[in-house]
Amino acid sequence: MGITFRKETFRDDFTFRNSPEHIRRFPFPFHEDSYMYAVNIEPHVVGPKGSVLENLIDVDEHYVAEMQDRALVLAEDPLRCQSLPHMTLAGWDLLELLMEQQALGYPEHFTLKRDGDRWRWINRPLGIDDTFTFGDTSTLPYGPMEYITRQSQGDFCILDQRDGNLWMDAGMVTTQADWSLDFDIGMNFFEWHAPVPLAHEKGIFVRALKFLTNIQQGKPARRLNWTMTINPRLDTSPENYHKWGPDRATVTPENVGDKVHLRVELQSFWRLPRSNGIVFPIRCYLIKMDELVTQPKWARRLHRVIRDLPEELATYKGLTRYRSTLVEWLSKLDDGSATSQGFGPD
Amino acid sequence: MAAKTIISRPIYGTLSPQAGKHHLFVADAEGALAIKDMAARAPAGFFDGAEIVFIAGPDGKYVAALEALEPAQLHIAPSFASLLPRLKQTLTNAHMGLRLYLAGTEGLIGQAMQVALEAGIDHTSMQTEHRGSLARRMQCVHCKGITENVTTQPATCSHCGLLLLVRDHYSRRLAAFQGVCINAEDRSEIPPMEEIFR
Repeated sequence: MGITFRKETFRDDFTFRNSPEHIRRFPFPFHEDSYMYAVNIEPHVVGPKGSVLENLIDVDEHYVAEMQDRALVLAEDPLRCQSLPHMTLAGWDLLELLMEQQALGYPEHFTLKRDGDRWRWINRPLGIDDTFTFGDTSTLPYGPMEYITRQSQGDFCILDQRDGNLWMDAGMVTTQADWSLDFDIGMNFFEWHAPVPLAHEKGIFVRALKFLTNIQQGKPARRLNWTMTINPRLDTSPENYHKWGPDRATVTPENVGDKVHLRVELQSFWRLPRSNGIVFPIRCYLIKMDELVTQPKWARRLHRVIRDLPEELATYKGLTRYRSTLVEWLSKLDDGSATSQGFGPD
Repeated sequence: MAAKTIISRPIYGTLSPQAGKHHLFVADAEGALAIKDMAARAPAGFFDGAEIVFIAGPDGKYVAALEALEPAQLHIAPSFASLLPRLKQTLTNAHMGLRLYLAGTEGLIGQAMQVALEAGIDHTSMQTEHRGSLARRMQCVHCKGITENVTTQPATCSHCGLLLLVRDHYSRRLAAFQGVCINAEDRSEIPPMEEIFR
């Protein structure tokens, strides 16, 4: 039994929805009733069946629609996909990883056949059947990173490791939460995180870098991050901020449930075998408030988290304009009772 | 120097004479004075192996001060754009061990560093000293246009006209600070424009 891919949009009429099964599997990011930065990195191992961790590279009902949205973004702005000249080998590493993982987790949708360097890749949801020579860029319609990330959900950053640091030297970034690959490409780990408030002072990035530079092949790691987005818009890039920014002023008590979305990033970190780079997939999950509050525990907890969020974090995450409207709406769903341990719904 | 800073914002030092036989100085405006001050600390004969490239203002100020150092080569350029082909060739043909010194405005240091990085010189091996104006070179994240000599906060993009917050976030690759629309959420909000990068 395969996935039924939804026909939906992430722009204009915003028809994106989660099915009831996908609401239950949403990676709710709060394990307690408050939130502060932490180095919340853990081994990226397979999780329970029916969760987003059932496979290490998750493919879900939004796959086809997300790939169509990515193609639209790239047509408008090709600079969302860039790779510095020394990163081609890492691109092949990534192509291998994503083909292997998608074929392993979803054999009814993806097939990878290898005969030495001669590879055949079948992607049934997107109607692709290509044969190419691994390592020979001229046998693919795009560079290896662009080719495979046009067929994989989430943004991808490939980091080069040298001088004890990680460098953002390649990426496919079309569903970002307000950062620009075009501006940040070539920066090191501390530089591209420079605008994040509070975390530098807490030593978060020093510890995180130490952890990441020690990641071993075959032992990926993961963490969750979150923000909020008005309307189910994937492309919340700074490039287009002047186009989507006005959405934030459209939240009213009547439309909170439909307009406000929790946006969760499942970030994972993988050592690449040939290039010794690190690939950093940033998989974005969206859920509208009306869907989220079908799980009473999540409604109560989200109310408390947003209400008590430090002002600097609320500002950084861009919640300022609609935070009070959202908290007021959520408060009606919070009877003050205790929430159970852990992320999952009751 | 700006009082409050973030990690991507460049930090400049004070020029100091490095060991070696070949020295290339690129400077504009008051950057000439940084070279003059350094010269006082340099060993005898230091400038025998030095080339100074100076972008002089229309008044030719500081040119005489640099001539007095008697460098092996002094080149006066009218603008950074006109200097660019020469600078690229000099760096391409440079011997291993060339020492690079950049002094003057942030825009000059950033752009010269950008060319040097492309030529394969590591940024940590360059000597830099900021002198003169704090005016910024800014890239509009929306239209990607570069606006030179930004002195105000916020600033108007000289290409697309959006009102931009000039961030401290800086890209060495683009040699520019990032400008992001300051009133994207409500275009009727017009914050006062203050001259702060002087």
